[in-house]
Amino acid sequence: MSFLLRRIGFYLVAAWVALTANFFIPRAIPGNAVQAIMAKFPNLQPSAYHALEAMLGVGHPGSLWHQYVTYLYDVFHFNFGIDVLQYPARVSTLLGETIPWTIALVGTATVIAFLIGTGLGIAAGWRHGGWLDRVLPGLMFFQAVPYFFLALVLIEVLAERTGIFPIGQGYANGLVPGWNWAFIGSAVYHSLLPAFTIVITSVAGWMLQMRNVMITTIGEDYVVAAQAKGLPNRRVVFTYAARNALLPQLQGFGLALGFVISGAIIMEIVFSYPGIGLLLLNAVSAKDYPLMQAIFLVITFAVLLANLIVDLVLVVADPRVRTREATS
Amino acid sequence: MTAAPLVIVRPPELAGRRRRLGGWRRLPTKAKAGALLLGFFVAAGLIGPMVAPYDPSYSNPSPSLSLNPPSAAHLLGTTQTGQDVLSQLLVGIRLTLELAVLVGVAATALSVVVGVSAAFLGGLWDDLLSLTSNVFLVIPSLPLLILLLGYLPQQGQTPTILVLSLLGWPWGARVIRAQTLAIRRRDFIAAARETGEKTWRIIAFEIVPNEVSLIAASFVNTVLYAIGASVALAFIGLADLSSWSLGTILYWAQSAQALTLGAWWWFVPPGLAVALIGTALVLLNTGIDELGNPRLRATGTGRSNGARYRPADPTPVYSQAADAQRTSALARALHSFSRSSVLDRAHGAAAGDGE
Repeated sequence: MSFLLRRIGFYLVAAWVALTANFFIPRAIPGNAVQAIMAKFPNLQPSAYHALEAMLGVGHPGSLWHQYVTYLYDVFHFNFGIDVLQYPARVSTLLGETIPWTIALVGTATVIAFLIGTGLGIAAGWRHGGWLDRVLPGLMFFQAVPYFFLALVLIEVLAERTGIFPIGQGYANGLVPGWNWAFIGSAVYHSLLPAFTIVITSVAGWMLQMRNVMITTIGEDYVVAAQAKGLPNRRVVFTYAARNALLPQLQGFGLALGFVISGAIIMEIVFSYPGIGLLLLNAVSAKDYPLMQAIFLVITFAVLLANLIVDLVLVVADPRVRTREATS
Repeated sequence: MTAAPLVIVRPPELAGRRRRLGGWRRLPTKAKAGALLLGFFVAAGLIGPMVAPYDPSYSNPSPSLSLNPPSAAHLLGTTQTGQDVLSQLLVGIRLTLELAVLVGVAATALSVVVGVSAAFLGGLWDDLLSLTSNVFLVIPSLPLLILLLGYLPQQGQTPTILVLSLLGWPWGARVIRAQTLAIRRRDFIAAARETGEKTWRIIAFEIVPNEVSLIAASFVNTVLYAIGASVALAFIGLADLSSWSLGTILYWAQSAQALTLGAWWWFVPPGLAVALIGTALVLLNTGIDELGNPRLRATGTGRSNGARYRPADPTPVYSQAADAQRTSALARALHSFSRSSVLDRAHGAAAGDGE
């Protein structure tokens, strides 16, 4: 358990760094961020104004330390201020509307890509030098293509020209979001192409990593011993080799989440998908600073939380982490 | 210590041209393909702006030149405003590669400095530097990039380079730190220290030369990251849109709905260029990997000869010496935060049991 406690400590430090960076960036970068907002909205309500003050340091409300404490207080109460873009909507409301879309689509697609890639990696590592190994350079091309480029080409071919898939958006026009079959069906249908693009761009990375670890693992003596005992291949592959090769893969999963999020932001922009990435782009182009900051925080916290979940899985999957900690 | 990785030991009379050729031939195919492909784009970047047939920004007022498909006069067609796509591409490759190389140099230099000093200073410094790089690794970089660039009053090449370099070093620093810790424990370092070499001399002449392949791999990775990130940022409009880079060409093509208008010659070439440069770098890196660990090669595995080929075990990276150095309680507590520290110890112990 102390492994988990330490990891939680690390994530708290990381969260604090993100919070602090978020606090200082608008104050450190010279620019007219504050004037821009003030010029746009001269008659802000007092409460909204107060939150803005804390978030951006508008005017000079108290010392820097005081501002910092107020800012932390606001963040912990999910008070991200009012939104400039969709005035007078609260930033936290906007976040609540967009986050489920992103998590549902990106989460599912990432897990699918991870599973397929790992499976293919196991196969490629086991049948080392087989046909899967030979198509790997081709897959690398898909990994190197800028994500948005591939997505746009696929939209053009599969949606605009042939009409197999819908063109962007989260659901068909005219539907009201709710728990009814028409809406859910439409949402699933609209998510197929974005999910597909995420999967094909990220599968190669998982596959390459898993293959390399598999090849190293298969060379280990205990795998040779398992084969020599006459165990069926399936058991050797999955119980002996793959299970151990999976551990670095899982660790990589935690670290790769940052890239996954980056891909997701671009994906939503390309597909006009109503998630948090599109919201971020709109916020940036409208110079909506409170929203930008809140989105950055939410994304960072989500990644930290996902990393914590990976750690939990690691504790379950790797007895060494547990036993080592129990004894020391 | 004499190990330049590509040099094959030969009798001295064969040295010279043949040796170099032999080195090239013995490179993994993937590395060769990557180097050739990359060389093509570097050449295009170097001479491109000189041979570009038109001024990339020149808009031809004649409406008949709007969105022309490829022809003899315009080999890659024209944009909506009659600009020559080939010229934009030739100029854009230069700017994109320039940015990527500068970011690669700056970020790799940072990661060498941080990685080596973390490993050498040890103790609290090591833990602080490692903690910093781990924190930077776990914070998603693109949202942070967007946030930073979004706050800048105007976009441009220099701020993008600065911000990308500032966020691009942690991964390399981590790898280089681990390798430095491993090399530090070797006998030749102890010997150098016994002969009274100064620390900076040991670092500059004993340690860093032994990490050249690692630093090269880290550089290639950083360049890859810089290209991907800068193109993506330009595509969403966070770049100097009046300059021509592969990303800004794609931005203008997309904002003019080039694909929907059927102008594939406007949109596909820059995207393909980014993809091919990226593929070249990935191939090069995989090739470097295979050079260091021949078992990863797709063909010619030991199994075909009936005997399993097993290269020497990889350099042990996890050092007990480093643990022993963590004297202060604060230092130990800080270090124990990192996921790698726990896993390293667990795996190191398992490896130790096997011996």
